[in-house]
Amino acid sequence: MKMDIEKVARLARLELTEEEKVTFGNQLEQILNYMEQLNKLDTTGVEPTSHAIPISNVFKEDEVKPSFPQKEVLAIAPDEEDGHFKVPKIIE
Amino acid sequence: MQDFFLTHYSNVPSFQHSSGRLNMDLHSLTIHELHDLLVKKKVTSKEATESLYRRIHEMEGKVKAYLLLTGEEALRQADHVDRQIAKGEEIGDLAGVPIGLKDILCTKGIRTTCASKILENYTPFYDGTVIKKLKEREAVFLGKLNMDEFAMGSSTENSGFQVTRNPWDLERIPGGSSGGSAAAVAADECIAALGTDTGGSIRQPAACCGVVGLKPTYGRVSRYGLVAFASSLDQIGPITKDVEDSAILMNAISGYDPHDSTSVDMPVPDYKQSLKKDLKGVRIGIPDEYFIEGMDPEVERSIKEAVDFFRKWGAEIQNISLPHTEYAVAIYYILATAEASSNLARYDGVKYGLRSKGYRDLMEMYTQTRAKGFGEEVKRRIILGTYVLSAGYYDAYYRKASQVRTLMRKDFEEAFQRVDVILSPTAPTPAFRIGEKTEDPLQMYLSDIHTIPVNLTGIPAISIPCGFSHEGLPIGLQIMGRHFDEGMLLRVAYTFEQNTDFHLQKPRLKA
Repeated sequence: MKMDIEKVARLARLELTEEEKVTFGNQLEQILNYMEQLNKLDTTGVEPTSHAIPISNVFKEDEVKPSFPQKEVLAIAPDEEDGHFKVPKIIE
Repeated sequence: MQDFFLTHYSNVPSFQHSSGRLNMDLHSLTIHELHDLLVKKKVTSKEATESLYRRIHEMEGKVKAYLLLTGEEALRQADHVDRQIAKGEEIGDLAGVPIGLKDILCTKGIRTTCASKILENYTPFYDGTVIKKLKEREAVFLGKLNMDEFAMGSSTENSGFQVTRNPWDLERIPGGSSGGSAAAVAADECIAALGTDTGGSIRQPAACCGVVGLKPTYGRVSRYGLVAFASSLDQIGPITKDVEDSAILMNAISGYDPHDSTSVDMPVPDYKQSLKKDLKGVRIGIPDEYFIEGMDPEVERSIKEAVDFFRKWGAEIQNISLPHTEYAVAIYYILATAEASSNLARYDGVKYGLRSKGYRDLMEMYTQTRAKGFGEEVKRRIILGTYVLSAGYYDAYYRKASQVRTLMRKDFEEAFQRVDVILSPTAPTPAFRIGEKTEDPLQMYLSDIHTIPVNLTGIPAISIPCGFSHEGLPIGLQIMGRHFDEGMLLRVAYTFEQNTDFHLQKPRLKA
């Protein structure tokens, strides 16, 4: 199995060096080949498990409760202004 | 609060003996031993805490288990408990007991790095639920312990800051990802510690370091304030010097929490009631598939001797089959990386953590921050996880792995109709050498074969010391049980431990 590593890195929002692309490419190819063994199993009709302990929906009352203080939250932000997180311009 | 980061141990004030009483080896005590001495007023929590810091200062240059020491706050807490004792107040079994915390657990006002550069300066403004529970019980926190970055690894070599060494052989890995926790417990650099386990990260380091590690049932312990790696697999649990301490910490951290919708609302038994030396009527299963090619012969021999022990003690031994074991590593490294790629999307340089400099637009801010902040193994897993979830590949990988996970769950359901616990080695070999597997990720992943099925199926398991290799390296016995049957694990483990002396051996560490 060959993966388009540049495309996947873009999806993952990761900038990779040329060296990383080669190393990861080779290692991941080996790992994906190992995973091919799952295809030996016929899983037709088998329900997938996403959670090992059966739990049903968890509801809570729709009521307003205090959240973390804005000041404390923004105090650890890389950049902030007027009570907001500040990021580079998004819309031209 | 003043704290001491990374290698700045020289900044820690040197602690003086506050009295001439019995405080030479306080660092080597267990929780219950120290508690007895505190209640009898033979020692103070301050003396014990100082003894621990002295030990840390002597050993850290070699072991490198801690990322951060919180000496001032620890001594304040110890003093507080000592005043209660002096006033004749009754104290709980963790009050005044110095404990280490894996640096993946959010601690209010104390840096929590996950051993990642991306969180190097992250100081949470809240306590995780387990931290809150330990504070209510007035435990003393010594500091934050090293780990593989974001708990991704089996050797603690993937830490963004330092490589922790195995106290039994400083050239070897302590296991991972809770390698700092296990090494600190083994080196008597804390009385006990908390770790986390997503694919074996409590049990495998416990085995490598000759201590006791318990991964609770999924949902037994709240994950609130545990920095997420793979949310359907992660659990917090104790790493301790003996089984009784494991029960004491389980009593403290277990229970439903409205902040974690996957925690289970079931009554928590008193786990100390399970500490019985009795195996009458206990049925033990030995899975054929766990005695694999490539298993170290000394590991195999130790496990077989443990089986003989249990047979002699009146347990009924049965051979069982868990036919889908061979697929565990493949399933795990699809599901865990998929969940990780999603969970780690939050590190984008916006709300907290690192933001790189020199970007030209938002996209570059994301990609450069993540390139700079994440280490190699984390990047590798994010790429793999992104790939298996991407359009066109989801069915072949994620869905397929989730289906085989169902088959594996059924293997265990059937086995637990016939037996009460299942025994296996915790790891196929004793601790390997530092650097031995770093170039070959697949070989590293394959060393998790015995611990992964436990996380995939959500069951609890404990690793206890059961022998040593000819080179003097500890070997771990894994005991797996039914969902929410930690009590049975503790009973079987306690019976073994109390009739053997593996847990009493200490590494010969010289300062």
